[in-house]
Formats: sequence, C-alpha cells, structure tokens
Amino acid sequence: MGDFDLLWGGLQQAATPENLLFAAVGVLLGTFVGVLPGIGPAMAVALLLPVTFGLEPTQAFIMFAGIYYGGMYGGSTTSILLNTPGESASVMTALEGNKMAKRGRAAQALATAAVGSFVAGTIGTLLVAFFAPPLADVAVQIGAPSYFAIMLLALVMTTAVLGSSALRGFIALFLGLTIGLVGLDPNTAQARLDLGLPQLIDPLDIVVVAVGIFALGEALWVAAHLRRSPLQIIPVGQPFMGKDDWRRSWKPWLRGTALGFPFGAIPAGGAEIPTFLSYVSERKLAKNDEFGKGAIEGVAGPEAANNASAAGMFVPMLALGLPVTATASVMLAALQGYGIQPGPQLMTDQADLVWTLLASLLIGNLLLLVLNLPLAPLWAKLLRIPRPQLYAGILFFACLGAYATNLDPFDVGLLLVFGLLGLMMRRFGLPVLPLILGVILGPLMEGKLREALSISGGDFSGLVSEPLAVVVYAIIALAVLAPVVVSRVRGPQAPAVPASATDGAVADAAPESDDEKVGR
Amino acid sequence: MSTPTTTSPGAPGTPGGHAPAGDHRPEGGVDKAQYPLAALLVVVGAYTFYDASTLSVGFGDPVGPRVFPYVIGAVLVLLGVLLAIATARGSKAEPEGGEDVDLAQRADWATVAKLVGVLAFTIATVDLLGWAVTGAVLFAGAAWALGSRTLIRDVIAGLVLAIGSWYAFYVGLGIPLAPGILDGIL
Repeated sequence: MGDFDLLWGGLQQAATPENLLFAAVGVLLGTFVGVLPGIGPAMAVALLLPVTFGLEPTQAFIMFAGIYYGGMYGGSTTSILLNTPGESASVMTALEGNKMAKRGRAAQALATAAVGSFVAGTIGTLLVAFFAPPLADVAVQIGAPSYFAIMLLALVMTTAVLGSSALRGFIALFLGLTIGLVGLDPNTAQARLDLGLPQLIDPLDIVVVAVGIFALGEALWVAAHLRRSPLQIIPVGQPFMGKDDWRRSWKPWLRGTALGFPFGAIPAGGAEIPTFLSYVSERKLAKNDEFGKGAIEGVAGPEAANNASAAGMFVPMLALGLPVTATASVMLAALQGYGIQPGPQLMTDQADLVWTLLASLLIGNLLLLVLNLPLAPLWAKLLRIPRPQLYAGILFFACLGAYATNLDPFDVGLLLVFGLLGLMMRRFGLPVLPLILGVILGPLMEGKLREALSISGGDFSGLVSEPLAVVVYAIIALAVLAPVVVSRVRGPQAPAVPASATDGAVADAAPESDDEKVGR
Repeated sequence: MSTPTTTSPGAPGTPGGHAPAGDHRPEGGVDKAQYPLAALLVVVGAYTFYDASTLSVGFGDPVGPRVFPYVIGAVLVLLGVLLAIATARGSKAEPEGGEDVDLAQRADWATVAKLVGVLAFTIATVDLLGWAVTGAVLFAGAAWALGSRTLIRDVIAGLVLAIGSWYAFYVGLGIPLAPGILDGIL
C-alpha cells in the first residue's frame, strides 16, 4: 500500500490551486492544439514544450499531463466530426464515430469518447502506479548488456514487426540513429557529424527535431496536397448520453482498457494494435447488426483502448527510461532538458516528481472530462478555421518554439531542414516512429554497448553475459522470424489478421510470440 | 546489429503478413523519385562512415567512438542500395494521408517552395528585424503562400500573434526574444 500513500502525497502536491491552474491550462491548450486538423498528441506535446520552458519541472509536468490527454481527446473529436483521422490510433474511432455523427448522434459519440477516455485513463494511471515501482526495483539490477538488448528489442519491434514495409521502417530508423550521432561523443569528447558547425557540437535539441518532423513536415506535406474542396463538418451540440448509451458503453470501455494498457506498456507501436483489436472484438460481441452504421460500442471500445495504451506508455518510460511511442520520446527529452536522468533510478531519485506526475495525470483526466463536455461545440468550431491561416499559424508556432530554445536563428534553420526531412518521409511513406525512437535510443544504446563491452574487456560475449539479455535476444529472433515463417508456409494468400488456425508447428510459433510480447 | 541486414532484403518484394494496400496498386511503372532518396541514403551513410574514420580512439574503451557510426553508415549505404533495387522492381511509396491531405490531386510543389522561401526569410531576418516584425511577416507570408488573399487581415493577425508572443515570452517566461528594430519600443 506504500505506493498508494505516495500517490496520495502526489495528489496533495499536485492539487494546489496554482498547479490545478497549470493542469487546466494544459488541458485546454492540449485539446485546442489536438483538435486542429493535422496535429496528433506527439506533435501537440512537441509544439507546446516551449510554453513550459520557464516553469519548474513539477509544474511543467503537470502541464504536460494535461497537454497529453487533451491532445488525445482533441484527436478523437476531429475524427468523429470530420471522418479523416489524423493519426493511426484514431482510425478505428472514425469508422463508427463518424457514422454516428452523420446519423445525428455526434453528441453521444463525443460523450462516450470523453467518458471512455476518462475511465480508461484513470484505470490506466492507477495501473501505472501499481506496476512501475516494482518494475523499477527489478530494473535497477539490470545490467548494461540486458539494457542494450531491451532497447534493441524496442527498435526491432517498432521497425520490422509493425508497419507495412520493413525496408522503409529501417530506412527511417537508421536516419534517426544518424541524427542521434550528431554532437560530442561522451567518452572521448570528439564531435561527430558536426559538419564543421559550432552549433552542432552539442547534441541536436530534440524539440527542434520533433517539431520539424511532426509540425513543419506535416504543414509542408499538407501544402503540397491541400484539399481545395472544404470538408463537411457535422454540427454538434452539448455531448450527452442516454440510459441506453451508458448501458451499451461501459463494457466496451473496460474491455478497451484491458486491451490498451498492456499494449501501451510494450514496444508495439502505441495504440494502433489495441484500438484495432478492440474494434474487432466489439464488433464480434455486438448482438445487433448496427456495426457499420454507427454503433456506440465501436467508439467506446477503441477510445478507451487508445487512452489506456497512452497511460501504459508511462510504465517503461518511468521504470526503465525507455520510450515506446513518439510522445514518450518527446516527454523523455523534456525530462532530460530539466537535467533529470531517465532510468530505473528515477522512481527513487525523483520520487516526488514521478508521483506528482502520476497524480497530475489523474487530475488532468478529470479536468478533461469536466472542461471538454461543455466546451465540445466550441472545439468543433475550430475545425472551421480557414486552412491557409491554420497552417500559417502552425508554421508560426513551430518557428517560435525552435527559436525560443536557444534564441539562435540557426535552430530555425535546423527546423527547416528537419521539416524538409519530414516532408520527404511523408512523400516516401517512411514511418516517423522508428526515426524518433532512433534519435532518442541511439545514444542510450551506444552508451550501454560501450559499458557492457568495457566490463567484458571488449569481448563480445559480454553482450550475452546476463540471462535476461539472452531471453530478450530470443524474443527478438522470434518476433522477426515468426511472421516470415508464417508467410512462407502459408503462401501469399495468408490473411493480414493473425490467424487462429490450429494446425502444425506454424500455428504454434505465432501465438507463442504474441504471448511473449504481451508478457513483457 | 545483424538483424536489419537479414530481414530487409525479403521485405520489399514479398509483402509478408502485413500486406500494405499501397503495394497492390494496379498501375505499373516505377516510382523514379525514389532513386534520389536512395542516392541520398548512400551519400549520408558514406559521409557518416568517413566522419567516423576521422575520429581517434580513446584509451580503456574497447568499443570507441567509431563503431556505432561505422555500423550506422554501412547499414544506411546498404539500405540505399536495397531501396534502389526495390524501386526498380516496382516497390512504391505509400504517401501519408491526413485530414487536409488530398492525395488524388497532383502535388503542388510551388506552394512548398514559397513556404520554404518564407521560412528562409525568417531565418535571415529574425535577429535583424526582431521577432515581432519577422513573426508577423512569417504568418502573413505563409498564409499568402497557402492561398489566402486577405492580406491586410493576415498582416494584422500576424502582428497580433507576433507581438503577443513576444510579450508572453518576455513577461510570462522571462525569455527575451530578439527585439530587433523595435528595440526600446516594445
């Protein structure tokens, strides 16, 4: 029960009037930015990072918590009212949500999304408080070889196993690793890839990289393909749910939470898979044939799964210092910006900060519900901002953020370079997540590799000197080989959905690797 | 680090378990624009490799600062070659969709060039003219490039945003953005 005492302490710390104000501002800003078309949660956090520059770490993280959940909720508003999800996690919400909206049930769709997000976010955050401390206790004893293996697992999973093309995933990953190389080598103090520029001797500011790739890259990509015919926006009143809607929603919320949380905690690409699984299972469980015409279960389940996985992300981030989503990467970078070293020691060294953060996640979640139900019609109006001014505004704030980090125009130049890189990635279908993880994890991995090998005196057997490392390498091999084997044996007609076949060794291999992934 | 090389060759030709919709497009032909990308990967990888070779190895560090860039550079070159091969075999990119993205129409690179010009102007002038002026030009210029024709309104909106953010950063966060020519007035 000690952990819940700590959480209670965090709640008391977070619930001062001043901090509540920061949380409320964060929720409003996050929703505002998240509702804007073309901006997902990761981009919202990156764009709003500069706003927190002048704050204490605790207050900054309280604001982050609000921005994060606000940005998530803003994204689902857009997909319900516009039917054009800005990110993969909202695709499933848009399927049924927009059909509900078209049938005049936009208010109920937004309400079940908001309450479902609240339920899932609250349960998810409590689960983080429950799981992260014991995991951190174990993780403190993990040595460099195992850390290296775990990070390699995160990279391989997000790059090769998820995503549509492994080749494009690896291109993105290695571009990210290259970006991560820039700057002084920590051991020998030699500048790498500095191109002779003094500004490149320090490692690249992750804010500039993230805002460039997410915000500027998106704005440039939209500029190249701007939709000239305006989208049809469905008007919405005050969100509410009838008795029947509540009865139909609560089970999907809980099921979505149960699916979302474990997937958020493992490196599996965030909310994409659990929202899909939740949608499919709600569809199977539905007794009537309303699915496809706007069933409320199809909004309630995926939305809960989305938010639960958003909470699950904090387990590896806080307990191991390992980001598994783009948003976690940006937040971790923000932590480092405050001189806080992420890793298993974080839970003990910065206990106050961690528990205040978890408590503010709970508060942010509640504020989101309280503020956003009445404000929904206002948010919907944001969708009518004329596109030239909207994207001009995104460019404006992206440049402001990059410039404000060091007050050096060079950073705006870097922003432009990364914006063009982001444009190129969108044109060539290169996924963004492996790149961002590469930037963040590359330097960490190199540090662990060198640590592991200097312990073993340069002998590569040092990398497998711990049992955990060996197990992780086995999981990597399974995760990479299982899909290949399955597709080879089944032939080209193999369905994309994980098969539930019962025959032969192939069927044994696939579920086994799935279990491993969930179990981690 | 051996996993990338073993898995990627099979990927482009055979769309394994996660068959992407983009690879099943009916139209034939080769996406020629991917060749410059492949070339870029090779150049970046080769430069990373070269840059690593100029580093000196320290004492008591069996890995040293070179190993990571060597591996990354070499794999990037390899990925560039693989992308070129995949392109020649007809592998196509799956451009990213989005709320305001209409992939049905042709790409409008002129607009992108205008925006890049506006950003270049920002970089060149922000210290000289100050954030309040440059920011306003940035907003109005970007809106104009994106097709807005309400120039006066955009300039006013830009000025409000730029001066407002200058004061917000100065008063609220204690960060003095460049005042430029308005030094003393703001």
